[in-house]
Amino acid sequence: MTNTVTEIVLQDQIRASRWRSMISLYWMLAKTAMQARFQYRASNYFYMIGMVVEPTIYLVVWRTIAESSGGAVGGYTAGTFAAYYIVWTLVRNMNIVFTPFGWEIRIREGELSGQLLRPVHPIHYDLGFFIGWKVIVIVLWIPIAAVLSLAFHPTFDPSIEQCIVFFVAIWGAYLIRSMLLWVLGMITFWTTRVSALFEAYFMAELLLSGRLVPMTLMPGWVQGLSWFLPFRWTFGFPITALVGPISKTELVVGVLAQIGWVLFGVLLVKVVWRRGIRKFSAVGG
Amino acid sequence: MTIPPARIQVEHLEKVFAVPVREAGLRASLRSLVHREVREVRAVNGVSFTIEPGEVVGFLGPNGAGKTTTLKMLSGLLQPSGGKATVLGYEPGCRDPGMLSRLALVMGNRNQLQWDLPAMDSFELNRAIYRIPRPEFVEMRDELIDLLDIGELVTKPVRNLSLGERMKVEIAGSLLHRPTILFLDEPTIGLDITMQKRIRSFISEYNRRYGATVVLTSHYMADVQALCKRVIIIHHGNVLFDGDLATLSQKFAATKTVVVRFEQMNTSTANEVGVPDLSRYGTVVSVVDGAVSLSVSRDQVASITAQILSEHSVLDLTIEDPPIDDVIERVFADGVSGEAVPGD
Repeated sequence: MTNTVTEIVLQDQIRASRWRSMISLYWMLAKTAMQARFQYRASNYFYMIGMVVEPTIYLVVWRTIAESSGGAVGGYTAGTFAAYYIVWTLVRNMNIVFTPFGWEIRIREGELSGQLLRPVHPIHYDLGFFIGWKVIVIVLWIPIAAVLSLAFHPTFDPSIEQCIVFFVAIWGAYLIRSMLLWVLGMITFWTTRVSALFEAYFMAELLLSGRLVPMTLMPGWVQGLSWFLPFRWTFGFPITALVGPISKTELVVGVLAQIGWVLFGVLLVKVVWRRGIRKFSAVGG
Repeated sequence: MTIPPARIQVEHLEKVFAVPVREAGLRASLRSLVHREVREVRAVNGVSFTIEPGEVVGFLGPNGAGKTTTLKMLSGLLQPSGGKATVLGYEPGCRDPGMLSRLALVMGNRNQLQWDLPAMDSFELNRAIYRIPRPEFVEMRDELIDLLDIGELVTKPVRNLSLGERMKVEIAGSLLHRPTILFLDEPTIGLDITMQKRIRSFISEYNRRYGATVVLTSHYMADVQALCKRVIIIHHGNVLFDGDLATLSQKFAATKTVVVRFEQMNTSTANEVGVPDLSRYGTVVSVVDGAVSLSVSRDQVASITAQILSEHSVLDLTIEDPPIDDVIERVFADGVSGEAVPGD
């Protein structure tokens, strides 16, 4: 009898303050991710160096082109290119999420089974964990951004609205990319070797997001297409929101587009998860 | 009087897997690109049983018998192909958080702790996942650390722990939310004797202290003998036996072992090792230090012991059931030949 009463009280306590518990879970996941990252200090620095190489190459190329074209290309000067690609490094890090490749390991190694035994949807582990990862990455990013700024002299003058939208947009980008790559990763429920499909996604993202070049430098039809796809809202929009040039209307449209894509992503995750987990629990893991 | 609801109820539970098959070789690989052959494997074939709260049940069977598949269905990881299961009043396949927060499945070969961090950090994470109020968490954590004697282990990164040490901290991590149902799949696999004993005594203590229901699969009979009063034997997806461990021998052992120690040698009948030749009474299993172990048909035990006592000067005579491993081997053999025994 005492056992049953204790059980009921415990269950009541567990159910109490769901939101507070969720925040506490996210905090613990983020903290765990930070602790795990701190275990590998050298790897963190190598990771950051690798992360900086890609935009630095783009930056050097476009700066050279701008200087040889009379100081600007498509409205971008050497200084604005520098600003674009330095902010790019931060946005890129904000866009790091659990990859579809990780899904292959997660299912093959049986990690998903462990997560399914817990009373929390596994997507929360990934979201919380990568928030913690970002804290470390941003701390490491600050000196790198300082060095890049000293070397390439970025020019940008964001308004307060731009700064606010940028802050919102980097988290919006994080959520959009998390949802979409989760959906992509869940294809592993049906077929285990889908790396080629993932690569195709990343290629499309590279060209249509503003990752390779600012979207305004792409052909008109590519720019037009990009408005209806999620990619530009995860890279180009947050960067342009801070670096400009961007109108107030475009800022609002961008945030609304992000909200739309996040909601669509959540819906997609729900639908695919429900079907995928049915498939997974039919065949085992 | 109200009968408390059974914690685990299983009725005609089935699981059928569709397994792709193909022959070896390049030609077969090419053919499988066009036409994929699939074979149905019936892993669990209509098992039924009920486990009451607080019971410790051994779930036994050879490799591929369907033990782990059944445990996975009971913990919600696999959807049954047929039949019905109820765990704590829930249908496991729905994976209701109310059920998941009250059960644990520990698999001896799976790691659920953060590899790079000390177990203590993973424990904190589990506290947040299971929403355990801090005072209860601290109390349970310290109790588990004490019971499993892992005080020094929980501060080392998990990757630096040995297999046995990792198993102990893994068990501790799985029990922080004080599950009322504990599924243990080979919890002592690969562990040395000392560690096995430690884990066994812990499981027993956990069951005693919290009245938890424990379902255990193990290939080590020592685990089963130490912990389980009741065993369910499953083979080829069917339940071959469900009942007390003690009655298992009575039902399935066709023989008993009679161990005879002699007071003085009867030189006329003594063989080359200095003890009488007892082979006419039964099968001589061993002769060690003047004691003869004789395997005797169960229905002839009384007459043969009387005969031995009357014909020889016996110092001591004991009658034992054969080792449980042998009995279970016999159950598997009978099961294979189609003599499945309905549950008690």
